[in-house]
Amino acid sequence: MISNTLPLGLVDNPRLDQWIAFDAPGRVGIKTGKVELGQGILTALVQIAADELDLAPERIALVSGQTNAGPREGFTAGSLSVEHSGGSIRLVAAEVRAMLIAAAAARLGCSVAELTIDDGAIIRHGLPTGLDYWQLAPGLDLQRKASGMVAVKPAHLRRVIGRNLPRIDLPGKIFGGAGAFIHDLRPEGLLHARVIRQPWPGAQLDDNSVADVADAQIIRRHNFLAAVASVEQMAVAAAEKIAAHSKWSGGTPLTDASTEPRWIVEQPSIDSSNSRGVRPEVSDPARRVKRSYAKPFIAHASIGPSCALACFDAAKLSVWTHSQGVFPLRDQLARALHIEVDAITVHHVQGAGCYGHNGADDAACDAAVIALSLPGKPIRVLWSREDELASAPFGTSMVVALEATLSPGGYPLDWTTEIWGGPHAQRPGAAGGVNLLAADALPNPPARPVPIEIPEAAGGSGARNAPLLYDVAHQTIINHIATDLLPRTSSMRGLGAFANVFAIESFVDELAAMAGVDPVRYRLAMTIDPRARAVMEQAVAMTPWDAAKAAGTGRGFACSRYKNRAGYLAVFVDVQVDEEVRLQRVWCAVDAGLVINPDGVRNQVEGGIIQAASWTLKEQVRFAEGRVATRTWDNYPILRFSEVPAIEIVLMDRPRDAPLGVGEVAQGPTAAAIANAVADALGLRIRDLPLTRDRIIAAVATEAS
Amino acid sequence: MPEQIELVVNGQARTTASAPGTPLLDVVRGEWRLMASRFGCGSESCGACMVLADGKPIYACTTPIDALAGKAITTLEGLGDEAHPHPVQQAFIELQAGQCGYCLSGIMISAKALLDVTPKPTRAEIAAALDGHLCRCGAHARILRAVARAGELMAERGVDV
Repeated sequence: MISNTLPLGLVDNPRLDQWIAFDAPGRVGIKTGKVELGQGILTALVQIAADELDLAPERIALVSGQTNAGPREGFTAGSLSVEHSGGSIRLVAAEVRAMLIAAAAARLGCSVAELTIDDGAIIRHGLPTGLDYWQLAPGLDLQRKASGMVAVKPAHLRRVIGRNLPRIDLPGKIFGGAGAFIHDLRPEGLLHARVIRQPWPGAQLDDNSVADVADAQIIRRHNFLAAVASVEQMAVAAAEKIAAHSKWSGGTPLTDASTEPRWIVEQPSIDSSNSRGVRPEVSDPARRVKRSYAKPFIAHASIGPSCALACFDAAKLSVWTHSQGVFPLRDQLARALHIEVDAITVHHVQGAGCYGHNGADDAACDAAVIALSLPGKPIRVLWSREDELASAPFGTSMVVALEATLSPGGYPLDWTTEIWGGPHAQRPGAAGGVNLLAADALPNPPARPVPIEIPEAAGGSGARNAPLLYDVAHQTIINHIATDLLPRTSSMRGLGAFANVFAIESFVDELAAMAGVDPVRYRLAMTIDPRARAVMEQAVAMTPWDAAKAAGTGRGFACSRYKNRAGYLAVFVDVQVDEEVRLQRVWCAVDAGLVINPDGVRNQVEGGIIQAASWTLKEQVRFAEGRVATRTWDNYPILRFSEVPAIEIVLMDRPRDAPLGVGEVAQGPTAAAIANAVADALGLRIRDLPLTRDRIIAAVATEAS
Repeated sequence: MPEQIELVVNGQARTTASAPGTPLLDVVRGEWRLMASRFGCGSESCGACMVLADGKPIYACTTPIDALAGKAITTLEGLGDEAHPHPVQQAFIELQAGQCGYCLSGIMISAKALLDVTPKPTRAEIAAALDGHLCRCGAHARILRAVARAGELMAERGVDV
């Protein structure tokens, strides 16, 4: 398979030596701009490289996310790492393998066809030649551009791709080796720092309210305030004392009303709309159905608080971060702190699970600001649990109103999706904005990114997955992106796809019920996409059917193709509902195209289902007294072990297709399948997330009256 | 000179001069450089810091060091290593039970405490034992399977674990 367009990584980083090196005997260095977030990407990239190079996976030494070594690959986001970085590494490895075998043939005076490779050793007619990669590599010109024209291995010759290679990063985490996480770094002379955050955007610190602390040094730059000490507990205690005494005024306190499901609809917005297809002539207005669905602001809520280290020494700034984008972070640190880009090195070190634009970049800027005030000292910033839940960007609240004009048989002929939400794509550097909290606290803060919509051709953002999976004659998508929105929102797993798929797949279920058609059959009647049909049929085949339905139980179905261009997923969910929703079983079929690591895909999909279930049933950021009110696990609960259902997953076998991203494929369909199951159990529909006990009691009471 | 507090940590006698009131987690990570136990919340809400004190799970993030004088503390490092894994560690590797892995250390500690008293737990018993632990990546389903598998491995290995 030769792709006629190069993967994005290779377009941006065309030289072979940006991706591969033969520095150490017996090892091949592979460099990637993508980083491990707990999703297993490094293991998948090792598999891709090992297969194309005919090497044992242990020989691949991966370098990931270093601005001073390796390709510049933007952010690790959008379920694109296997496609962009994996696709690049695959082509580079195939090309370098071809160069090595050609060099061997020249050295041996034979034809390339006589040679094979076994774990880096050159074999001729089944016998060792004494030559290997590491003898031949110094003679190669790896500074030239990759052609991307060397064929990669066909499916039947792959040995490592498609196998369950164990994750390369898990042993360090299971056996407790030091250095598994950024939190473990303790360089000599380290100082611990805690930041006292502005309580709301633009808040001004009262000069007389900064408490004296005995055991820590206070770093203050305008409205940026931190406590620094050599003993961690002293920094924590000092920061707590300073926070308790500090007084803030001015700025823009958050509005309590932003907790309300439809507050977002009233906010000023940038509006756009587009239509596709041909509008059919329909005269009967009785055949028009309109419903509105909502989801609240939600938090990344990582288990490990954001952490960063920085050291400013001899006019050079070094930063260690769990950011998803070391190069964009470096650029924005340079802008925010007025330092030359070339004077900054950013190193990725793993953090706790990351599901989008969380506090990692902000923490890196915190550490950098403090390091600039204390030259020569390594500074370690760790966020508190409260800041992790309240100060990182949120996934925006959204409202999705859907309207369908139906055929006499009850199928949509004309469909309108109207979306309201805050911006999603607001990472540091997006749309020319900096977006780092510490920079916002300095004098003359740089502009925040302006709200933008990612183009549909790149998957969209607020309108991600708004285009229907189904064949409807005419569709209109109206998109309202709130401007100047407070609270701060940015990318979270799936972006707008979570709310849009939740809404669309709920609405389709409502339409199917109105038409008196089985929900899966209704969907199958609306699509000829063979891969969509195949995952739906697989989900049906794997789900046991029992005609007798116990009281208070319900079953729900949903299907989607992530971004209308990545992986497909169809899912059934069984629930039991009394006053609370309890998930019982989940059956899920996934088409990820070529699967590099089947267990890795299962792990991602299982995790996506559980996380989306947590968002759907429990999660909502609340605001009170101008601040974020949900600051602890007690008032921002997430799904617990006792609430997790048994999950069965089937991966479709598609070894000859291109790999399709799956990191975010489960989010939307899971929400819709749960909502559909709850509607099935209750006989009434709740259209606002989360589906909490209070919402269920209120809905049942309203229905009864 | 502050008074030295003596404990047994992963089978070895240790002392600390940390001030009374210092959380055990700060001593474990900051002083002894045992980095497997993790800070998550500081308020006994997530379980990332869980260690054993005389075989019982405790929250290291809130337990003051002076309350533990003379106790035997077990952290994840004390369970086993790659060459000699504890059955819980072996099962977590076998089932690839984890995503980011930040929550795993505390969870494996609680799993060991459970299996020491309940060698063949049901799924519900495992879930109940782990309910004080939060995992954000959604690795729960395979973690539940891994703990059950660890029970099987302990039975296969017999008493010498």
